[in-house]
Amino acid sequence: MSVLSGILIGMAALAVLALLSGVLLGFASVRFKVEKDPVVEQIDSILPQTQCGQCGYPGCRPYAEAIANGDEINKCPPGGQATIDQLADLLGREAKPLDGAHGVEDVKKVAFIREDECIGCTKCIQACPVDAILGATKQMHTVIADECTGCDLCVEPCPVDCIDMLPVQQGPERWKWDLQQIPVVEVSDTSDLATEVKA
Amino acid sequence: MSHSASQTERAAITYFNADDLARNQAEIAAGKLWRFPGGIHPPQRKDLANQTPIARMPIPKRLWIPLKQHIGQPGQLIVQVGDSVLKGQALTAPGPNAGLAVHAPTSGRVSAIVEHPSAHPSALPVTTLILDTDGEDTWGQRHPIADYTQLDSAELIAHIAQCGIAGLGGAAFPTAQKLANSQPLDYLIINGVECEPYIVSDDRLMREHPAGIMRGIKILQHISGIEQVLVAIEDNKPEAIKAMRDACEGDASIQVRAVPTVYPSGGERQLIQVLTGRQVPANGLPKDIGVLMQNTGTAYAIYRAVMFGEPLHERVVTLTGEALERPGTVWAPLGCSVEDLLTFAGYRAYPKAKVIMGGPMMGFTLPRLDVPIVKGSNCILAPAKKELPTAGAEMACIRCGACADVCPASLLPQQLYWLARDHDYDGLRQYNLADCIECGACAFVCPSEIPLVHYYRQAKADMREQYIEKHKADIAKERFEARKARLEREKQERLEKHQRAAEARQKAVAEREAAAAAAADTVPDTANTNAGESKQDKIQAAIARAKAKKAGQAAPAAEASKQDKIQAAIARAKAKKAAQAAPNSEPAEAPQTSPAEAPAAELSKQDRVQAAIARAKAKKAAQAAALAASENQEAQPSNKPEASEDATLTPPSGEKTERGHD
Repeated sequence: MSVLSGILIGMAALAVLALLSGVLLGFASVRFKVEKDPVVEQIDSILPQTQCGQCGYPGCRPYAEAIANGDEINKCPPGGQATIDQLADLLGREAKPLDGAHGVEDVKKVAFIREDECIGCTKCIQACPVDAILGATKQMHTVIADECTGCDLCVEPCPVDCIDMLPVQQGPERWKWDLQQIPVVEVSDTSDLATEVKA
Repeated sequence: MSHSASQTERAAITYFNADDLARNQAEIAAGKLWRFPGGIHPPQRKDLANQTPIARMPIPKRLWIPLKQHIGQPGQLIVQVGDSVLKGQALTAPGPNAGLAVHAPTSGRVSAIVEHPSAHPSALPVTTLILDTDGEDTWGQRHPIADYTQLDSAELIAHIAQCGIAGLGGAAFPTAQKLANSQPLDYLIINGVECEPYIVSDDRLMREHPAGIMRGIKILQHISGIEQVLVAIEDNKPEAIKAMRDACEGDASIQVRAVPTVYPSGGERQLIQVLTGRQVPANGLPKDIGVLMQNTGTAYAIYRAVMFGEPLHERVVTLTGEALERPGTVWAPLGCSVEDLLTFAGYRAYPKAKVIMGGPMMGFTLPRLDVPIVKGSNCILAPAKKELPTAGAEMACIRCGACADVCPASLLPQQLYWLARDHDYDGLRQYNLADCIECGACAFVCPSEIPLVHYYRQAKADMREQYIEKHKADIAKERFEARKARLEREKQERLEKHQRAAEARQKAVAEREAAAAAAADTVPDTANTNAGESKQDKIQAAIARAKAKKAGQAAPAAEASKQDKIQAAIARAKAKKAAQAAPNSEPAEAPQTSPAEAPAAELSKQDRVQAAIARAKAKKAAQAAALAASENQEAQPSNKPEASEDATLTPPSGEKTERGHD
């Protein structure tokens, strides 16, 4: 009897313990659920979002999905080597040079419509992936330069070839420093200097 | 110095509790001075230019006035080429976000608006107004304020903004924006330290115009409502200290403090620490710790603006260096070229001479001399050959730590250097690169002659660029997604519309069939008048008849109207096509048919249309040729799209209208 009751008590205790920890674990898994940032999101946030399609996919996100599924990381000319390096870092893959078949790295450009020549056909508007072209049928179109990603997609559809891709103007605000530090040295005898200048 | 630091993260004044604050204020009142970490003692070389009074130069023949001379957005131009302007007249309307206007420094004629090299290390061109001066220096309308104590601070701040006043210490931050503040402040600091070697603009200004600066301080006191004013002057300027002490005598609220000469004690954060012992938090602003700081030159400009209604049109510029015959200080009109100033000071150029804008520590070598003086330029330094020799070859860092000893911001310069070389931007952030004030003390003491600040500036520019690119990419992504959603929605709507139309058609057909069936039913019904018919059948027949009648009436009407519409549309489209075809195919005919009614404008439009069509055709031909050349056997298909696309090309609107009525 006593042996049996001992076993029973043991079993009951274990059962209660199991139930408790089960409930606890279940609660924890719901309460502290971690929404892991999916790798596609991370890849997409590295890509330059020009939506140019030079990689062969219709936009940056599809390419991000393709990379996540094992496609090469060197197919993005607008991002260039910097993007490839970042992707290699993120995915633990080898950083390769840019695949020349998809284009070459170029300076940042922005589309410009020669407005006199525009016939208002709206074809470029339909081609623009980021809605950066304003205009209507039979009305002159223009590019919102700040929103243009320089993807080049509007150039081809233009029946009158009035779209140019111009390099982005670089103002002093975004200029990258390139100068030698100006040193100050102890000048012991200035009179000496003055004579040299006069000489 | 680093006004551009993020203004979003503002700590409340939690720097002191009440007891500590009282003790701190008592210490400040007692005249205690603190020390900031690090600092260096470079040769001063101030006596080169501070011996002579501030000179007035003859009005230059030409001024180059950049439309943006402060930190912020440029304003909109409000004068045109050819306009005559008077001295002090606004040339631009203030830009958005507390942008500042620029004013004509003298009277003359606007001769051009061009892209001209800027007073910037890059000398990249910026939009610049060229003013041909008439030499008469005629003032336009001025709006002096007779008694500023009658105005509240908002009105005075608006006046100061209208006068285009920016901080004259070097950063050119809009003064009005700095003054517009709602946080409680307890000290106004007037910065007359001028710690950088060679520069003596503030020194001379304080010696010659202490009363004006003093009035400016009183105005600032009135605007900010701060009672205590500390005027800080480095102890290597005894004359300026004496002049300011004399001017402030009898005013208990203003104290002139002689601070020890250490570079860079004139930095905003460093000076605050020296005078009050308080530290501006990283990513914070002086107002977070209850301090407002203005430069002496700014105080004087405010005095001129309020008492005389003079907008900021000139500033004191130090012209110094051994390559000048007459070094000194000068009231330079804004927009005066560096070349003119150097000529005024007797510049003796020599091969490979360099001219520095700003001081030797924080200034930059000018790539060219035709750049103009702007609101933030305080010094032009033309050193002799041996005075400032070019840096020697950069050698390897030996980790001596001398740079860390002198850093006034308590950073680790050698660590930042390694990280900057590695382009490790996360690491740079971790080591607080943003707190670097680029004073150059680390590079000054570096035994390996490493241009450390150069690395930091590049890294900062890269990080900023990265941030801008990221921001742009986010916007592009957002727009791309929005467009995708819109296209999807439009497709869905079109599908639904088609579905509804199809359903309506089916319904109409079904009803017509039903009506026809009913009509067929009723005929035999009436013919066979069998007695065995029930009442219900009769009623049903009657309903069917009524329906048939209704359908019969409605159907033809609807059909007719629809047909009419289609015909009308076709007619319209045809008319349009004909109208377009006429001038296109037979251009000679058009003027014949209506010579009187063909205005020149229309002709030019036709020409343009023709030109466009010609271009399009040329493009097509070129494409076709290229295709044919590359794929000889596929010459026929390449012809095909040409023909079909030609049709779509001619009248896009005609096509559209037809499609719309479908």
